Amino acid sequence: MTCRLAADIGGTFTDVVLDADPEPGDTGGGAPRRFTTKVLTTTANPADGVIAGVEEVLAASGFGADDVELVLHGTTLATNALIERRGAVTALLTTEGFRDSVAMAHENRFEQYDLAMERPAPLVPRHLRLGVPERLAATGEVLIPLDPDAVRALVPTLRAHSVESVAVGLLHSYVDPRHEREVRAILAEELPEVAVTLSSDVCPEIREYERLSTACASAYVQPLMASYLTDLDERLAKLGVAAPMLLMLSNGGLCTLDTAVRAPIGLVESGPAGGALLAARVAAEHGLDDLLSFDMGGTTAKLCLLHGGEPATSREFEVARVYRFLKGSGLPLRIPVIDLVEIGAGGGSIAAVDHLGRLAVGPASAGSEPGPAAYGRGGTDPTVTDADVLAGRLDPEWFAGGTLALDADAARDAIADGVAGPMGLELDAAVVGVGEMVAEQMANAARVHAVERGRDLGGGSMVAFGGAAPVHACRLADRLGIDTVIVPPDAGVGSAVGFLLAPVSYEVVRTCHQLLDAESFDADAVAAVLDELRAEARAVVESAAGVDTPLVETLHASMRYRGQGHEIDVPLPSELARGPIGPAFVDGLRAAFDATYRSLYTRVIPDMTAEVLTWRLRLATATDPPAPLDAPATEPAPALRRRRILDPTHGWLDAALVRRADLDPGHHLAGPALVVEDQTTTVVSPAFDCTVDARRHLVLRRQNGARR
Amino acid sequence: MSDKTLIEHQVMWNRLIAIVEEQAQVLIRASFSTSTREAGDLSAGVFDRQGRMLAQSVTGTPGHVNSMAASVLHFLAEFPIDTMRPGDMFLTNDPWKGTGHLYDFVVVTPVFHPDRPDDGVVALFASTSHLVDVGGVGFSMEGREVYHEGLYLPLIQLGAEGEIDPRLLAIIRANSRAPEMVDGDVHSLVACNERGALRLVEMMDEFGLDQLDALADHIIDTSAEAMHRLIAELPRGTWHNSMTIDGVDDPIELVCTVTVSDDGIDVDFAGTSPQSTWGINVPLAYTIAYTSFGVRCIVGPDVPNNTGSLSAVRVTAPEGSILNAPHPAPVQVRHVVGQMLPDTVFGALAQILPDRVPAEGTSALWNILLGGAWADGERYLVMSFHSGGAGARPFADGLSATAFPSGVRNMPVEINEAISPIVFWRKELRPGSGGEGRYRGGHGQVIEIGNREGRSFTISATYERTVHPPRGRAGGGPGALGSLRLASGAAVKPLGRSEIPGDDRLIMEFPGGGGFGPPGDRDAETVADDERSGLA
Repeated sequence: MTCRLAADIGGTFTDVVLDADPEPGDTGGGAPRRFTTKVLTTTANPADGVIAGVEEVLAASGFGADDVELVLHGTTLATNALIERRGAVTALLTTEGFRDSVAMAHENRFEQYDLAMERPAPLVPRHLRLGVPERLAATGEVLIPLDPDAVRALVPTLRAHSVESVAVGLLHSYVDPRHEREVRAILAEELPEVAVTLSSDVCPEIREYERLSTACASAYVQPLMASYLTDLDERLAKLGVAAPMLLMLSNGGLCTLDTAVRAPIGLVESGPAGGALLAARVAAEHGLDDLLSFDMGGTTAKLCLLHGGEPATSREFEVARVYRFLKGSGLPLRIPVIDLVEIGAGGGSIAAVDHLGRLAVGPASAGSEPGPAAYGRGGTDPTVTDADVLAGRLDPEWFAGGTLALDADAARDAIADGVAGPMGLELDAAVVGVGEMVAEQMANAARVHAVERGRDLGGGSMVAFGGAAPVHACRLADRLGIDTVIVPPDAGVGSAVGFLLAPVSYEVVRTCHQLLDAESFDADAVAAVLDELRAEARAVVESAAGVDTPLVETLHASMRYRGQGHEIDVPLPSELARGPIGPAFVDGLRAAFDATYRSLYTRVIPDMTAEVLTWRLRLATATDPPAPLDAPATEPAPALRRRRILDPTHGWLDAALVRRADLDPGHHLAGPALVVEDQTTTVVSPAFDCTVDARRHLVLRRQNGARR
Repeated sequence: MSDKTLIEHQVMWNRLIAIVEEQAQVLIRASFSTSTREAGDLSAGVFDRQGRMLAQSVTGTPGHVNSMAASVLHFLAEFPIDTMRPGDMFLTNDPWKGTGHLYDFVVVTPVFHPDRPDDGVVALFASTSHLVDVGGVGFSMEGREVYHEGLYLPLIQLGAEGEIDPRLLAIIRANSRAPEMVDGDVHSLVACNERGALRLVEMMDEFGLDQLDALADHIIDTSAEAMHRLIAELPRGTWHNSMTIDGVDDPIELVCTVTVSDDGIDVDFAGTSPQSTWGINVPLAYTIAYTSFGVRCIVGPDVPNNTGSLSAVRVTAPEGSILNAPHPAPVQVRHVVGQMLPDTVFGALAQILPDRVPAEGTSALWNILLGGAWADGERYLVMSFHSGGAGARPFADGLSATAFPSGVRNMPVEINEAISPIVFWRKELRPGSGGEGRYRGGHGQVIEIGNREGRSFTISATYERTVHPPRGRAGGGPGALGSLRLASGAAVKPLGRSEIPGDDRLIMEFPGGGGFGPPGDRDAETVADDERSGLA
């Protein structure tokens, strides 16, 4: 028997999961036998935590290191290095006259009224942003050839400042990377020990600020990530793990160690990507096309839309938002990412009353130190968790497996002094208010996110995981008109579980501008670009998955009406992508554009020419659909005891308290109820009932006609 | 009010703000006009039956603060609320009843509950977008009266039963150099209001509301009370300031008097220069918008915009002055003067709140508007938004190459070069341009522009601060003056149209912001950083 390992390094915890095939005769519906652990993240040397966790799950499972057939790994190290500015001494070589592009950014303020607003400082300081004489036109025509001597002349400066990593970002390099490659060749001769990142490699797309920002970020984390990943790989080998390690990418794909070391920026959002893959598996198991993934932890909530069973992806992402998670306050990255919205709303988020008497929750968080007042570690600010304790949603006996004693008096004082007093509310109303505000904030974020993608959440389904999500899922579902909430097993280590579900995949993108009219559309050029993308993606995927694995191809075009400034991402039907590039292809593009445009904006504009800017192709190994399972016979769930909970609509109610470990497939309970487990509590509101399905998911369904 | 109602009202207030932000996003993403989609020159808002604004999106330009609120009242006066029918939509681009020039189209859409249409209008949505072309002399100051500046649409009905009137659309198309894009933008205005209406009805159903009166009262009263509480903390009295800007033929004096009283803050511009013969005049609606914005940056910046909060600041200007130029004055590039108004009121407010008010900055945008023809004869247009340095703050350096008070985004150089034969040979910060001080003014930038096909092109310049620099505050030095010249040496005029020869280049030096506090007080470490960055 063999097993598979997954490790996810987060800011606080490192989660390790071991999956083995089920024993013969197992009734778990084909679910793997699973061993999990959470160890503290060892910031100074993160590989220590991973190795400790791996040893722990191997010991618990009885498997040996040589039984491991695959290691999957994701990490927030790159993200944290960017947030905490702990990356390498990095230089940027750019077209002469453009050294300040990354400092001027969009020349705007992302917050209109706050005169104290600051843009994030560039990762590369001005004295290390160096101009190179060269120039391409937008057509690729060389206006000024690269001056190799001028590049060589910069070497002493790079040495003098002990530069460890260099980003090269020249104007219009997305059209023709030749000058960037020449610079790399010169640096390889002169400074062989310094890592070089080309903007045309990590982000071959038009718009200089975003492309250079991406290249600088990748160069900035490159030495750190390369040494960490290589070290971890060696230590796993020493442990006796012979299996290859694959890395989780921000878009939910996997790549090899080599690819990750070359362009580590692709790893920034690997944790959340794992969560989205878990959501995709839940969607497949429940036969759902559309699903909202809701992950809520201590500091933030992450929401992601799945469509056609797949998480939405995007190429626009901002890391290290420094101002209330506000759009524009971070560093833009143009890389393939799972498209999710993250807001400052978690269990530790602090509730405050402003000078208008308005209650707002987050984005400031009590974090884990001192944590919510109820943790009894000296926190006095009222938090979401404190309101949850006072509303009876968190039971002191069962919270965190009973390892953390909850101090209800401290929670009461915090809410009374911080919310009820300033607003002139009764304590219960203040407790309800905190929950209502946090639900509304998350609902507004989810709604805007859905809107921007032309989707409607009403009547749909949600999957909830992460410590705080199952507590608030029913109320969020009320706000969004969602009727089904699913809480999968092992929700507390959801991202690492998700890694084990990931296909090996790779996405490549190319700018090739085409007008959609028969005269000017260059079919040969498009065919050449698609072939090139296909070959590049295939090489990466096959290096990790082997050459005979069946692959699934998806093709997207970013399109707009000629004259518009924002492109929309248009998925192209697979028969179109595989067919010949001719007049029918152009018609198909137009039809796909119209359909997407209409779904986003309700109206199409007749007789307006459309155009394609970039082409995006993804190859992924095919995943087997889950086996269908019969619904188990239902019987009432065994309640441990009763508990009073405060419902926002009905006031104090008597609720059943059930241990998740006591639940088996087929168990059924009606809200109001609480299902407790070590990492979280699922609140079943009076509007919902709950059934345990064959895979031990809690499935909460809105009772007939129940609303709000 | 019960505890439950209070919480519900707060939830719905947040929801209304989210709804107008969604409305604005729909408009941005569907729009064709560069200034709407890239620069955020748009607005979206929701109003009650009385025309009271309940929430407004925070977008790239303060030019619509207040002016859109006033605009809806003009519509209601022309089209009484009880005469409106489901599916009606209304339009204007009247500079005096809309937002200050003919480019800004305002569309108003009444909302009916689809299940209860006979109950009448429950709310109105309004949106404004800067269209790409409305004919006339184009986006320049060359018009001598508004009749030169393009198509002028009074308050009119745009459509009925959910359909845009094709005859009106034909007129609009026929009067624009970019008929498809303008057509597309009218559609996007209608679509964004429809989205707002849909969301509002969903909210009313969710909370079981038949009408918005109680919610509207809550929002407006809470906001007005908050503003009055903040104003009550200020000393009572009257303060003055004046600022001289370049103007076209003669310098312009902007003079303001700020009075703080129990009733709020009054700003009056008596003493300001008379209106100009060029299209830089400002309709009062736009004067009110930028002045209110300036005051609100200092007093109550976190109070959401609505009729309640806006009512606390009142703005007046003598008719016939450049800040209240009556019809038919030319007003096309009114932003050149209007964007100077926050600096003008800051000078008075700094006397009351010296630790909150920044020094003067570049303030008016330095938009790059270029035109010419490709070698094959086809015409191109480059419109790109750029900024000089902002004023230093009493607690931090000014922002370099950053728009203020406008909140627009620039256009990427690579995009401008992809749609034209123009080459930006240089675009970097301008060392030493920020005014000296304990806190330095923001630096301007230098942009050098040529044509890779060797053909001449024109620039429509609308640049201020090339004669009168942004002044420092509290002992800080002035920002550097802006300038325009050819690489071969000759000066290029900062206001008006010029031709750049194909074998030459245009060099633009953007102004820096004023400094704050005595330069000698700047700390040594920061001075060393300045040296190392090469920007000192």
